Amino acid sequence: MLEIKNLHARIAEDGTEIIRGLNLTVKAGEVAAIMGPNGSGKSTLSYILSGREDYEVTEGEILYNGENILELEASERAAKGIFLAFQYPVEIPGVATMQFLKVAMNEQRKYRGEDELTTPEFMRRVKEAAAELKIAPEMLRRPLNVGFSGGEKKRAEILQMALLEPKLCVLDETDSGLDIDALKIVADGVNALRSPDRAVIVITHYQRLLDYIVPDTVHVLYKGQVIKSGDKTLAHELEANGYADIIEAAA
Amino acid sequence: MNMQQAIKMTAAETALVDAYTAQIGDLPGDGSVLSVRDTLVHELKTAGLPTRRVESWHYTDLRTLLRAVPAADPSAFADRVEALVSGATVLAVRNGHADVKGNAPEGVTIRSYTDSLLDGSATAGLAVLGSDDAIGRINGGLVRGGLELSIADGTELEDPLEIQLVQSLGQAHTRFPVSFGAKTKATVIERHLSTNAAESLISSVSDITVGEGAEITWIILQQQGAADTHLGQIRFDLAKDAKLHLFLINAGGKLVRQEIHGKTSGEGADFKLRGINLLGGESHTDVTFTLGHNVPHTTSTEIIRNVVFDRAKGVFQGKILVAKDAQKTDAKMACNTLLLSDDADLSAKPELEIFADDVQCGHGATVADIDHTQLFYLMARGIPENKARAMLVNAFVAEIVEELDDEPLVEALESVISAWLEKHA
Repeated sequence: MLEIKNLHARIAEDGTEIIRGLNLTVKAGEVAAIMGPNGSGKSTLSYILSGREDYEVTEGEILYNGENILELEASERAAKGIFLAFQYPVEIPGVATMQFLKVAMNEQRKYRGEDELTTPEFMRRVKEAAAELKIAPEMLRRPLNVGFSGGEKKRAEILQMALLEPKLCVLDETDSGLDIDALKIVADGVNALRSPDRAVIVITHYQRLLDYIVPDTVHVLYKGQVIKSGDKTLAHELEANGYADIIEAAA
Repeated sequence: MNMQQAIKMTAAETALVDAYTAQIGDLPGDGSVLSVRDTLVHELKTAGLPTRRVESWHYTDLRTLLRAVPAADPSAFADRVEALVSGATVLAVRNGHADVKGNAPEGVTIRSYTDSLLDGSATAGLAVLGSDDAIGRINGGLVRGGLELSIADGTELEDPLEIQLVQSLGQAHTRFPVSFGAKTKATVIERHLSTNAAESLISSVSDITVGEGAEITWIILQQQGAADTHLGQIRFDLAKDAKLHLFLINAGGKLVRQEIHGKTSGEGADFKLRGINLLGGESHTDVTFTLGHNVPHTTSTEIIRNVVFDRAKGVFQGKILVAKDAQKTDAKMACNTLLLSDDADLSAKPELEIFADDVQCGHGATVADIDHTQLFYLMARGIPENKARAMLVNAFVAEIVEELDDEPLVEALESVISAWLEKHA
């Protein structure tokens, strides 16, 4: 589903190179965890995948279902099924959450040549998905992410993911700022979306989230490269011994 | 001979003075009114239109910007339009002439301002606010019509009153003295609109007093044509515990100056200004605001949101004066701007003049482009860039509209805003 080949990327504004020859393959149905110390390029990778313009790819390619997506706008990538759950969901005062959900769902459908959802159908879907994630209707009446607690914001991200039904989900530090109950709700939401035709990339600092969203593969990112890949036991190894040994072995 | 007389009058100055001269004998007014008019026009002639050297006109050099003045055309016709919100009582003023007939809601007395000019009761109100009050001067010299409203103590109006000023071409100079009695509750919509693309010069002065404990919402919706000059002024005076929520939307006009001058005269008075300036094309729009917190324990908040496209220029000047014994004043003023093109321009000049020592006052001004993080967030959900931008611009102003606690009104204003944005963005 996703093939990243020899990717090099830098911050557009100052030219700082963040991603330095990264290779990664994620298959449909797979849950891949990306771990790594601070500053290793984890969040940058998620932004580059979703098309943020603050980064410049200088070399390499990203193939999504065989198509090079680097020239596509963020909105086109989203409509093709790439979803980024933000580490820090953005507050947008003045945009009602429901209006946002409806516009996003319908714009994606339009791009794919599908009919727009009727209002009753839209309402039904939101109601169902919100109930699964224990999101109160009051929350949906507020402006987008405004006044949401940390946990509410993360749940709202998962709600969007459930409604937009993406094919490739990228979760950027979705566990940060969550207490254990919220973490379970979010993990359940993600697990409910696991399917043979969908891939999930879980970016995280800690092993904790991976107890709830069990990965098929684990990749260690350091200085903009994947320096080690393995199965879920690699995550436990990192939890026990830290990154130092692996970094040393790779050097 | 002083220096000013030595300066040659501009075409616009000449046209204004000529308009007055041509109407002598025809302009309504008793002896005292006519003598005030004479003085005002004489001042206009000698001082000229204000230039950037006049502090309060520094960013709007009216003498340079007002190139020409269209001739008044008494035969011009303008038709009234649907009310902004259903159920509103529409008081139509067409090309400066008020229709006084029609049913006034209970507790509301409506009188033709022309009658007040004719019997002289309008004289005191014609006084200018200061030597820089060019709008008061032009309007006082040339005003022909308008409405005088008084709302009896305790009256609570369910539905809004809409003063609908429809302009087709030429000139209109109107006045609206309005007194809200004690404990009244009402919403008034002062709505300026143009029926065609012909050039007009409009001056309009509203002069309102808000009685004890009254709660008033006053909306100024300015939608003049793209060739029009709009000179608006609203004056207000708040009694004890009076609340005034003044809501201003500028969404039209070529050269616009809207002045807001108010004072708190009774303790517990509360003033709220919310302004939205939607600016595009080559227009120039100036909102100038002064508020005197004259007595202790009064509050005010002002939020202005500017959206500037194309080569438009916006100005916001806001001055809050806190008198020496106006202790416990709480005043907060903010002016936020989205500049959406490289040639768009906005000048903001917020000022506080505080003579009391136990007050809470603050002001702030921001100018920004669309927030890129917000834009990326919307796009990452599949919303194309142009649509995402429109949503963010709309959100920037919608926040303010939603403060109005009146759903039909919020919807009506939101549709005015989105129609404007669709046309200009």
